[in-house]
Amino acid sequence: MSTELIVALIKANIVLGVLLTNTILLIWFERKLVAGMQSRVGPDRAGPFGILQTVADAIKLMLKEQILPLKADRAMYLLAPIVALVPSFLIFMIIPLGPNLNIEFGGENYIVEFVGADLNVGVLYFLALSSIAVYSVVLAGWSSGSKYPLLGGVRASAQMISYEAAMGLALVPVILYSGSLSLVDIVDSQSGNLSSSIPILNSIVSFIPKWNVFPQFVAFGIFFIAAVAEVNRAPFDLVEAEQELVGGFHTEYSGFRFAMFFLAEYINMFNMCAITATFFLGGWLGPTFENFLPPFLSSIMPIIWLGVKTFSLLFIFVWIRATLPRLRYDQLMELGWKRLIPASLVWLILSAVVLGLREFGLPWS
Amino acid sequence: MFELLIFFLPASVLIIGALIVVFAKNPVHNAMGLVMTLISLAIIYITLNATFVAMVQMLVYAGAVMTLFLFVIMMIGVDKKEQTSDSIKGQTFLVSGVFLILMSLLGYVAVNSEFSWNLWFPAVDYVVEGTPQLIAGTLFTTWIFPFEIISILLIVATAAAIALAYDSKIRNKDA
Repeated sequence: MSTELIVALIKANIVLGVLLTNTILLIWFERKLVAGMQSRVGPDRAGPFGILQTVADAIKLMLKEQILPLKADRAMYLLAPIVALVPSFLIFMIIPLGPNLNIEFGGENYIVEFVGADLNVGVLYFLALSSIAVYSVVLAGWSSGSKYPLLGGVRASAQMISYEAAMGLALVPVILYSGSLSLVDIVDSQSGNLSSSIPILNSIVSFIPKWNVFPQFVAFGIFFIAAVAEVNRAPFDLVEAEQELVGGFHTEYSGFRFAMFFLAEYINMFNMCAITATFFLGGWLGPTFENFLPPFLSSIMPIIWLGVKTFSLLFIFVWIRATLPRLRYDQLMELGWKRLIPASLVWLILSAVVLGLREFGLPWS
Repeated sequence: MFELLIFFLPASVLIIGALIVVFAKNPVHNAMGLVMTLISLAIIYITLNATFVAMVQMLVYAGAVMTLFLFVIMMIGVDKKEQTSDSIKGQTFLVSGVFLILMSLLGYVAVNSEFSWNLWFPAVDYVVEGTPQLIAGTLFTTWIFPFEIISILLIVATAAAIALAYDSKIRNKDA
């Protein structure tokens, strides 16, 4: 067994553990937050502040009976929850969590990259896997052999395909600015502060970190809207509109298989926020306070910064859910195809022109 | 040993997927078999150090094209039985005859040329990595003309699809 293999195994296990624990926290976070926004108490029985409620729910779901509908297509019905869960874990692998670590082990120095895998095609990998996730919804909807899931599945596939296009297009200007498809390089390109060639502006602007969100605010908006739609959260949750479709594509699922869909949804939500933070908010970058804090604390500061950014975005996700009513189906399609995609195309051309001018100067000079 | 495993695992999944495409009765199973084939092919691309091609394969074929296939299959409905009788008389014999002729032709060429039966998959030059930079570098310099021609072709196809789907009567009703 080579060292690389051992490191890869450890990383995979850490990712698994972090994502599972994090989901427990996230569900509690959302339920408490929505309860607060609706003047309710929310979960408060299990554990302090009800924080163990999700654990109790998970155990309950695991012990419940698994029902296989009579008209279900057995193979596809069993495959769908797995297809939902696997891409969500794989996407997390490419999110950089911090700078390279120096580990001394057995008298030798190892440099460990603090990321599951630094791919030179990271952005494409992310888009490819999020398009694979569509299958789970389609398959679950179709294979259940029932009307509500089928309607939910058809809606979901149309929605996810439409918003994927806008999401991919909104990422292109970010790639142009960073000059790389690797997420590690994209984070590195955001280090430092903004600068301006005008002296007065420069003194104001030089306090602001060089995050992509400032030059790319339109792309950020488009990406965030598309991200909410891509993970089928309110106000784009037509996929599982309770009032019309009972539970949408997972109506016929029960027990642990339902839990797998639930888990995948929350992991996807977390991934989307972490990816948004990486692309637009500087990822793990932030002051580490090396002079004030003990070395251990300052070395985990990058993770804390990424966590703070991710959870702020998650707060916005939940906030939107508690505030906005659901879109109608035609409104949803119109927003995707007639607003977001043209806007992202125009923004792409604009940022390409600006970058070209910055790089090569005016064409007549 | 490890490399062998990494090749044979996706390769066998690929063949199983291809067999599902051919033999499964249910169109959704066929489509999923094709997805299996495409994804395992992408994994083989990665082992050959062509990461960009692998990701594009996943994104375009497995992600976009096959999702549309599934969508269409679901919309049309899969309850109908597959048509198993010959619509052209003797089509089975026709197809197997053509297949035999083609295979014997291929065999003839293979035997009479200097084709060596080295069935081991070729060693990969790991110095050259299929990075986006490398592909963009050659695509936008040496191959810029064919690239632009293909983009025009795609635009023509898109415009034609819109023109075919566009119903002028509906528009007049709106106005």
